Amino acid sequence: MTRVRVALPAHLRDLARVEREVQVEVTGEPTVTRVLDSLEADYPALRGTIRGHGSGDRRPFMRYFACGEDISHEPPDMVLPEEVWTGKEVFRILGAIAGG
Amino acid sequence: MGQVRVLVGTRKGAFILTSDQARRSWAVDGPHFGGWEVPHVNGSPAEPDRLWASQWTDWHGQVVQRSEDGGRSWEPVGNDFAYEGDPGTHQWYDGTPHPWEFKRVWHLEPSHDDPNTVFAGVEDAALFRSTDGGHTWREVHGLRTHSTGSAWQPGAGGLCLHTILIDPSRPGRMWVAVSAAGAFRTDDDGASWRPINRGLRSDYLPEPEAEVGHCVHRIAHHPSRPDTLFMQKHWDVCRSDDGGDQWTEVSGNLPSDFGFPIVVHAHEPETVYVIPIQSDSEHYPPEGKLRVYRSRTGGNEWEALTKGLPQEHFRQNILRDAMSVDALDPCGIYFGTTGGSVYASADGGDSWSAIVQHLPRVLSVEAQTLR
Repeated sequence: MTRVRVALPAHLRDLARVEREVQVEVTGEPTVTRVLDSLEADYPALRGTIRGHGSGDRRPFMRYFACGEDISHEPPDMVLPEEVWTGKEVFRILGAIAGG
Repeated sequence: MGQVRVLVGTRKGAFILTSDQARRSWAVDGPHFGGWEVPHVNGSPAEPDRLWASQWTDWHGQVVQRSEDGGRSWEPVGNDFAYEGDPGTHQWYDGTPHPWEFKRVWHLEPSHDDPNTVFAGVEDAALFRSTDGGHTWREVHGLRTHSTGSAWQPGAGGLCLHTILIDPSRPGRMWVAVSAAGAFRTDDDGASWRPINRGLRSDYLPEPEAEVGHCVHRIAHHPSRPDTLFMQKHWDVCRSDDGGDQWTEVSGNLPSDFGFPIVVHAHEPETVYVIPIQSDSEHYPPEGKLRVYRSRTGGNEWEALTKGLPQEHFRQNILRDAMSVDALDPCGIYFGTTGGSVYASADGGDSWSAIVQHLPRVLSVEAQTLR
């Protein structure tokens, strides 16, 4: 079991009713998919707001960052960097800068 | 003593306006869901403190919220709107096939008698129903799969199902309207639907009197006469006296028959209100004058209502879901503008005042009458 720190954009913090970053427990190697599965299990209001229902595809305006790197286009079963699953670094979910 | 609650959806959040029966002094509460687009907020006729809100952003997609206390607190409910089966395609603006894709909920219509049942009209156009208080949604399949569905095209605002009318007296009968496909009716609780657009004429169509393709902006009726329907179309104001089987134009002396909302007086089934807009390319009232037009004859003869409304330099629009009536006596009329004002009349439209100004762009207005 690994505890992963997750930072959410403001709209999703409001929806999940959390102040800042959250921690989720992940069983097995921490991949993007497993972190998001745990996040949605802990905060059901987030289902469908980061990745699509059914498809599981990342929503077009959502981005994933780890250790300062944009990993949005990496395979969702990619294991996150060691710094993320040791808690040194946060898995960051961001909304793209778009719109007004 | 009655109370009125006006539910306002805007481009950046929802607002709840409340007043007593006099409707002179208003409390403004909000924004709820600040920063989110809120296409629609509506209350359950069966349990008026149960409210439903559609909230949406490009980033996070669709969220549906429910309140059990008149909007003081909210809880997210289900937001999975999956089309039944293979979604197939509709026509894109250029006539090519385009996959049916869920984008957002435009309109939420609660059941008259079951607080756990609510309908959602969505883009790309489909009707969904929840019977478990919003936790799960299931497509009312027979509409989108009508034989004409693959030929439906979006209007300028998207291929949206924006109007849902439930017949209060005849179980199983409902009407919906889709831009730009037209009006449809079911008599078997959604199992089958048929287009009801006979008598409509849309000169922008290759076949102006086609079975589907009409850009219907809004339909309204009075609960005591559900089969008398009033329509504001892209151009033309129309009425039907047979549940939509046949329509007749009743634009009469309106300064423009283009517009978006249409509502019916709460106690006078032949009294109808519209807000004429200059044209399909100039979305503001003619002459810079904000004028509500009232017909007491079910159309054709219209009078301008201007007292208390700006009569110069008004260049804002009033969207299709942004007008509503309360059930008090005298009847209250409400509408919101794309400039962020909500206007109210407590005397059936004779005089108006702004409840609130400078809100974000108003997308929807629903008036609840609380006893």
